[in-house]
Amino acid sequence: MRVFAATPMADDIASLRRILATSKTIAVVGLSADWFRPSYFAAKYLQEHGYRIIPVNPRYDAILGERCYKSLRDIPEPVDVVDVFRRAEDVGPIADEAIAIGAKVLWQQLGVKNEAAARKAETAGLESVMDRCMKIEHARILGGLGWAGVNTRVISAKRPKFIAN
Amino acid sequence: MPDREFGFETLCLHAGQIPDAATGARAVPLYQTTSFVFDSAEHAASLFNLQTFGNVYTRISNPTTAVFEERMAALENGRAALGVATGQAAEAVAILTLVEQGDHIVSAGTLYGGTHTLLGVNLAKLGIATTFVDPEDPENFRRAITPRTKLVYAEALGNPSINVVDIERIAGIARDAGVPLVIDNTVPSPYLCRPFDWGADIVVHSATKYLGGHGTTMGGVIVESGRFPWNNGRFPGMTEPSPGYHGVRFYETFGDFGFTMRARMETMRTFGPALSPFNAWMLLQGMETLPLRMDRHCANALAVAEFLQGHPQVAWVNYPGLPGNRHHDLARKYLPRGASGLLSFGIRGGARAGEAFIEAATFMSHLANIGDAKTLVIHPASTTHRQMSEAEQVRAGVSPDMVRMSIGLETLDDILWDIDNSLRLAAKA
Repeated sequence: MRVFAATPMADDIASLRRILATSKTIAVVGLSADWFRPSYFAAKYLQEHGYRIIPVNPRYDAILGERCYKSLRDIPEPVDVVDVFRRAEDVGPIADEAIAIGAKVLWQQLGVKNEAAARKAETAGLESVMDRCMKIEHARILGGLGWAGVNTRVISAKRPKFIAN
Repeated sequence: MPDREFGFETLCLHAGQIPDAATGARAVPLYQTTSFVFDSAEHAASLFNLQTFGNVYTRISNPTTAVFEERMAALENGRAALGVATGQAAEAVAILTLVEQGDHIVSAGTLYGGTHTLLGVNLAKLGIATTFVDPEDPENFRRAITPRTKLVYAEALGNPSINVVDIERIAGIARDAGVPLVIDNTVPSPYLCRPFDWGADIVVHSATKYLGGHGTTMGGVIVESGRFPWNNGRFPGMTEPSPGYHGVRFYETFGDFGFTMRARMETMRTFGPALSPFNAWMLLQGMETLPLRMDRHCANALAVAEFLQGHPQVAWVNYPGLPGNRHHDLARKYLPRGASGLLSFGIRGGARAGEAFIEAATFMSHLANIGDAKTLVIHPASTTHRQMSEAEQVRAGVSPDMVRMSIGLETLDDILWDIDNSLRLAAKA
């Protein structure tokens, strides 16, 4: 038997499933209002699947019917997940803000990898996900991504509890 | 707790399918439908924009086909897969997703005849040139690569010359050049060889062969490793807004399965060689027993190779599983569980004796397929490779006296009996 090496990141199915199942409010940092941008894809999908989306981007007043804030510190309500669509070098200050507002998870999107920011968040007691798309992981683990022929690595003899679309 | 990495046999039975949400059905349901209803105009728009994952039309995706695709991705230890109508379609869709007019391909010359024609004739007509190289020296691939080269292509186990290519070295050369290595893994199947473990980037299969395994069903599949750096500057179609799919940037949006999404949404959706859901369902029945069948195919083929080696009517035997074969060391590295059911031999008496041998067979079937549960025989020079010139045939490893066999799952003594009997009759012809 071979098993994957344990990683400090939340990257196994059980941890990701727990994060996706217990989180309700997602602050999407760097969310674009352009419908064809990946951040819009992901936020729209997550909103359609029952999450509260809070856009964070100084360039807009509102996206996806939600008021858009200039920074995480301006959000007047608790945030579970800070989902980051920014360049890796910009994640450090965002991690500081995520810690300051009491977020539970720092989630760096697919292609975003700032190890130092991830470590900082973990040291402060947050869970950390890196280089993963929240939409893709939701669909991979809770159903839907099988549509696209992606290797979800989910093996089970139980009926899925959640069906996408 | 880290995720368990399940074994190959478990993946053959479970990967890609959990019991049906609506009914609890344990077997894979067959969704024999062309289309899927939209819940609302907004739902339809979301699906077309790829913002919601879901099915629209079976030419693009289908839940039964999706099980086949995910299972293949799991068996190849890849990231994602796309099912298509045939093995030829798998090659064509994979290649057409990577190249455009003026681009260049470097391919091993040791290819299935249909692939040789696709590259050398059909793609050439579209302005896509292929340089065929002798894979015996992997450096031949490096020497043929140009600035317009977009992929390197080879068959893991060449058909019909039954040569093993040095995947790891060719993958290193492709990596140095910043182009993906596409491996046709049809003959080994993922049970015998997993090209991604040796650095290949894309795998294609004719699922018609060992994957289905019973000679009933056409199918093909493309699998991507998820590791190729598509943003290396050589593949703007992966990184720039897609004119064929309203501005989506496939690599940025879908990351390590961006190639599969692009092959699906840009190439298969428009050219149209979709896999029938019924065929996907048939292939899945075969794949459940792939490991058991491959072990027996390999054991039977090795026994036949040893028998032929000692036979007076046989001039030479080519089976990489035989000690002393020119590719035995490569076979031990890349095919440690066995060298498949495919072998060839030279019959004394040349082409005429070859044809007589095939006609004398009792249950060995004369046909153009390989990887059936039944034993198959063919004379490549007069059938599968007849479109080639004699020089091209030699380069593809086809000689006039060559008989190719795909050893099946019949009682081994019966297979040896039919071969021996046919050789005796051929000697009298």
